[in-house]
Amino acid sequence: MKIKESFGSRLFDAVNIFLMIVLVIVMVYPLVYVFSASISDNAMVMSGRVVLWPRAVTLAAYERLVGNPDLWISYWNTIRYTAVQTFLSLLVTSAMAYPLAKRWLPGRRLILLLAAFTLMFGGGMIPTFLVVQKLGLLDTMWAIVLPSLVSTWYLFIMRTFFEGLPEELEDAATIDGCGTVQVFLRIVLPLSLPVLVSIGLFTAVNQWNSFFDALLYLNDRGMYPLQIMLRNIIIAGSNVQGEGNTDYIETLKYAMITIATVPILCVYPFVQKYFVQGAMIGGIKG
Amino acid sequence: MSLERSDAANAQVPARGHRGKGASLGFMLKKHKTLYLLMLPGILYYILFKYVPMYGLIIAFQNFSIGRGILGSKFVGLQHFIDFFVNTPDAWKLIRNTVMLNVYDLLFRFPAPIILALLFHEIRSRKFKRFVQSVSYLPHFLSTVVIAGIMVTFLSQQTGIINHLLSWLGFERTLFLGQPEWFRTIYVGSEIWQTVGWGTILYLAAIAGVDPTLYEAAKIDGANRFQQMRHVTLVGMIPVMIILFVLTLGHFMEIGFQKIILLYNPMTYETADVLNTFIYRRGILSADFSFATAVGLFQSVIGFVLVVAANRVVKKFSDTSLW
Repeated sequence: MKIKESFGSRLFDAVNIFLMIVLVIVMVYPLVYVFSASISDNAMVMSGRVVLWPRAVTLAAYERLVGNPDLWISYWNTIRYTAVQTFLSLLVTSAMAYPLAKRWLPGRRLILLLAAFTLMFGGGMIPTFLVVQKLGLLDTMWAIVLPSLVSTWYLFIMRTFFEGLPEELEDAATIDGCGTVQVFLRIVLPLSLPVLVSIGLFTAVNQWNSFFDALLYLNDRGMYPLQIMLRNIIIAGSNVQGEGNTDYIETLKYAMITIATVPILCVYPFVQKYFVQGAMIGGIKG
Repeated sequence: MSLERSDAANAQVPARGHRGKGASLGFMLKKHKTLYLLMLPGILYYILFKYVPMYGLIIAFQNFSIGRGILGSKFVGLQHFIDFFVNTPDAWKLIRNTVMLNVYDLLFRFPAPIILALLFHEIRSRKFKRFVQSVSYLPHFLSTVVIAGIMVTFLSQQTGIINHLLSWLGFERTLFLGQPEWFRTIYVGSEIWQTVGWGTILYLAAIAGVDPTLYEAAKIDGANRFQQMRHVTLVGMIPVMIILFVLTLGHFMEIGFQKIILLYNPMTYETADVLNTFIYRRGILSADFSFATAVGLFQSVIGFVLVVAANRVVKKFSDTSLW
């Protein structure tokens, strides 16, 4: 179609491109500022002389943080909570979804309905807290890993995916002498790799970023994940340098935000594809 | 979720490896033992962390104490509900704030990705489009704490960049996070910043599914670009809008309270304090379990009614619904 574009249409294109450039700036500026501020001189940041680029570059704030053992402990905590939860979550969810994909399995419908009901109604914050407390999980890793182990959305997505796998493959494996568990581990899971990767990534990012369960269930400083540490420094304003020392008070906050965010931003370009795929498979908000 | 339909269809199909309706439960359990065993950890999860807490809602009608447990605590009927609605001066304020934040959310945050998806769709250069999209997804992956941290540092009265800019432009420095009238704007603004890009994904998928011949037909009928946007692209997004609308209502009662907990303070309770933050303070910080559970139960019931009602209304007026 090579008809000459109308003036209105071309004007719209120009405005649209302008709006998109504004959008990119709005999305990226805060992140650039945070990074610039984190490597600038504290006084420069406080007085507002850092606007976009760093001024009087110094890594002093990072040095303070790196020398703080609490940071490393919380980093390690976040890594282990994330790894353990992602692994267990994929295992338990897929093991539950696989039988639920067998349309002839008696009781399947009841279990699906009971799971779906939890999407609409739940016990809420306090009764859940009391269960976690009663189970003796407070101040342990399991208080973070277990209460959010299975997401009903992901369960349904996996079930739908398993339902779509060709049954002939499973039948052939059964004839070759594979038991149910072997069929599940050797045939079904390898075939479901894309959906497992997507859901695994969502679970991992979610856990990496979460703070509220830790706020509820953890009192022991040694158990705090990174996000709680971040919250205490930036929002509750606790001073990691010790009383009265405010030499790096602002730049420390920006450095802390950077440290907590960089891992996610580093893997982001490589895994974006899977995230978008995942969002489509599920048809839900990640 | 086509739960109902697919199951109804299955009932007709002769079941594989299934002895028919008459088979006893014990027989079934034995026959498919491995399958049931595979489900066991998941089922235990649902029982322990979903259904036991629902049973725990009983304490809303008791004077629960941890020492006595659910079975030993005294039954007090609706006393905690009366306490909340009659004797808590803030009850009305909490409900109003919860509703108002949702109204703001639906008015401003909800349409944002729809508009952005329309604009994305109109970008001609594929490379530029992909770049802008990727950049706009970024904030979605930042944690709530990071977003709140950015808000707190940027909005700081003495050292925040926003106030520096304002003062250069000759305006007064403002303590944004200490003023109730700013809270809703800050909350919804940060939500839009974080979710608008990612929110376009489903809409763009819907647009990709629009039959291209519809555009051809519209052109032949003399529709210009804006008319095509309105009558073809926008209409193609309606099913997704409906589903997301019902889902948004599903979260009505717990509206972003994790972010609110990070952003609010006693100075802004007037507009920022919602039911869930109140439950957190009373239930967890003050260990007033029964009272907080009663407020939580009220909240859950309203939330449940809202989703069911929204789904019913949507079902009546269109083919799209959640179940």
